[in-house]
Amino acid sequence: MSIIVGTDTRLVVSGLTGREGTYHALNNRSYGTNVVAGVTPGKGGQDVEGIPVFNTFRAAVAETGANTAMIFVPARFAADSILEAEDAGIATIIAITEGIPAHDELKVFNVLKRNPDVRLVGPNCPGVLSPGKANVGIIPAQFFKPGNVGVVSRSGTLTYQIGNELARSGFGNSTIVGIGGDPVPGSSFVDVIALFEADPETELIVMSGEIGGSAEEEAAAYIAENVSKPVVAYIAGLTAPPGKTMGHAGAIVSGSSGGGQAKIDALEAVGVRVGRTPTQVAEIAMEILGA
Amino acid sequence: MDLLEYKGKQVLKRYDVPLSAGAPAATVDEAVAAAEQIGYPVVVKAQVKIGGRGKAGGIKLAGDADAVREHADAILEMDIRGHTVHELWIEEATDIASEYYAAIIFDRSAKAPLVMLSTQGGMDIEQVAAERPEALATLHVDPLVGFQPFHGRRLAFEAGVDADVVRPVGAMLATLYAAFEGEDATLLEINPLVITPDRRVIALDAKVTLDDNAAFRHPDHAELDDSRDADPQERMASERGLTYVKLDGDIGIFGNGAGLVMSTLDVVAHAGGAPANFLDAGGGAKAEAIAASVDVILSNPNVKAVLFNVFGGITRCDEVARGIIDAYGLLQPTVPFVVRLDGTNDAEARRLLADANLPNVHAEATMDGAAARVVELARSGEVSA
Repeated sequence: MSIIVGTDTRLVVSGLTGREGTYHALNNRSYGTNVVAGVTPGKGGQDVEGIPVFNTFRAAVAETGANTAMIFVPARFAADSILEAEDAGIATIIAITEGIPAHDELKVFNVLKRNPDVRLVGPNCPGVLSPGKANVGIIPAQFFKPGNVGVVSRSGTLTYQIGNELARSGFGNSTIVGIGGDPVPGSSFVDVIALFEADPETELIVMSGEIGGSAEEEAAAYIAENVSKPVVAYIAGLTAPPGKTMGHAGAIVSGSSGGGQAKIDALEAVGVRVGRTPTQVAEIAMEILGA
Repeated sequence: MDLLEYKGKQVLKRYDVPLSAGAPAATVDEAVAAAEQIGYPVVVKAQVKIGGRGKAGGIKLAGDADAVREHADAILEMDIRGHTVHELWIEEATDIASEYYAAIIFDRSAKAPLVMLSTQGGMDIEQVAAERPEALATLHVDPLVGFQPFHGRRLAFEAGVDADVVRPVGAMLATLYAAFEGEDATLLEINPLVITPDRRVIALDAKVTLDDNAAFRHPDHAELDDSRDADPQERMASERGLTYVKLDGDIGIFGNGAGLVMSTLDVVAHAGGAPANFLDAGGGAKAEAIAASVDVILSNPNVKAVLFNVFGGITRCDEVARGIIDAYGLLQPTVPFVVRLDGTNDAEARRLLADANLPNVHAEATMDGAAARVVELARSGEVSA
């Protein structure tokens, strides 16, 4: 088993005909992901290397039975595209696009939360990879193999860094989920940790957080009450100065909130072990899994 | 993007938020001309993006042209907590009966705008919230519903505003919400929101933060930017489309991906060093982008050594190595480079760097090892300098 994406994923790509969309959709397909359709308004009837393109999500779903959407359109069109996917009945929406206005994300979040059957991952995320099963997004799959460590992260490259250290020590992953670095992510740490807790394949959960917001503190409270599996955490941005946005729109220490040390304290208080460097995270994981 | 008070007020004015009349001034003469136009008395206000202007002597009442001249001369070029005053806002003096506080913040945790109102204006609101939480009325607005009149009434009654201004305070909050939504703001704070003796409600100060990601919807926002406030390296980086934040230390940092770069800063600090910058070259960084990045990093005179920490996913390490070699040839750096490349095509990257055999470029295999090395090199640079 895996979470969010797997062998039953039927992927429709919004922005398939764009340069980046084509490149990554074909990459995902060659990994084994079942890419069934693309959506580009006005290009319905065309195809990209055999993948049929539709004008609307509604048509793509009706014709191909797509159940998962990847959003690859530019930021100004992304919120609309996510809402269209939801409207067409897509259950899993993975938004790679970065730079979406915060108010658009707010609107999307509040529309989607009224539909209990839909899950949004991202935006501004690298996607979701279940090694050996499916890859939706831009995670470089060659560094990962199937295994029992679930990873959830706000950062792409940091995920690869931690995942690679684990892989070198012989560990594989059940699923790797990038939830993205924006202020209003569709899925939170809590949402993904709940899925890993219920996933029989996952034996250890690694969460990679960063400064800004309170998602890590909320995860700590959730873990204390609901999670039986071991969790290892990392928090990036401990030494970042307040008031400066560190690359990710969501990574900012504002006033007394969002600081890294408070997040580490909250996690350690509920028994989560926190590595001080990515290497330490891998070492702790190895220790727990008895490598 | 954080706005100066007067630019924030320019934005609010479009939404009919009640304000006092005023005009900006960059020189003493402009200040006097503005005051003559407005009529005395006026308030001369330093325009800097930091609180505590009044206490620092950056806000003065002036009853005539001589007083304006004297205060403007004193306040222009004044340093207020590290911020130099380049502009003044000359504003009609407002009589104050009560000072309230109003704000709308983008509450990430609740995924909704949070509107706040208090009758304890003019002071630090975090202190009010901590000491007298009941004095701060708050509510979340469903962004799909928007701000309704009942929201305004509820806040006004719960904050305990004077009965005769419940309606105008509610109306003021509605205009502020319209501006918050309409301009893609992520913060809007009015402290103080004043009640005049003749019972008008006026936004006497304005702190506005706009969402840079929404700039495509607001071409006019570009005019609100004060890039002269920015540090020279930050300005140079933004012209080149790089994500760069200047820091206080002496170790230049180059990396890809915001999370990994933040982590790199932490690992350097953990090894006893102090980073000079945050620089995210992004995914798929090409040779020219790398040379441009290195140029920005080295233009900071504090930099004593540079750490390149790259994990190649989409980014190919051999491309990064070529970029570093090109940049080295182009810029002839006098400080040592420590390079740690891992991921896609890393073996090829290491071979390229070894073949180039550049003086003062040190390859390291791990992030921790690279951090230790760059800290050591920055320190030895200090000794020899």
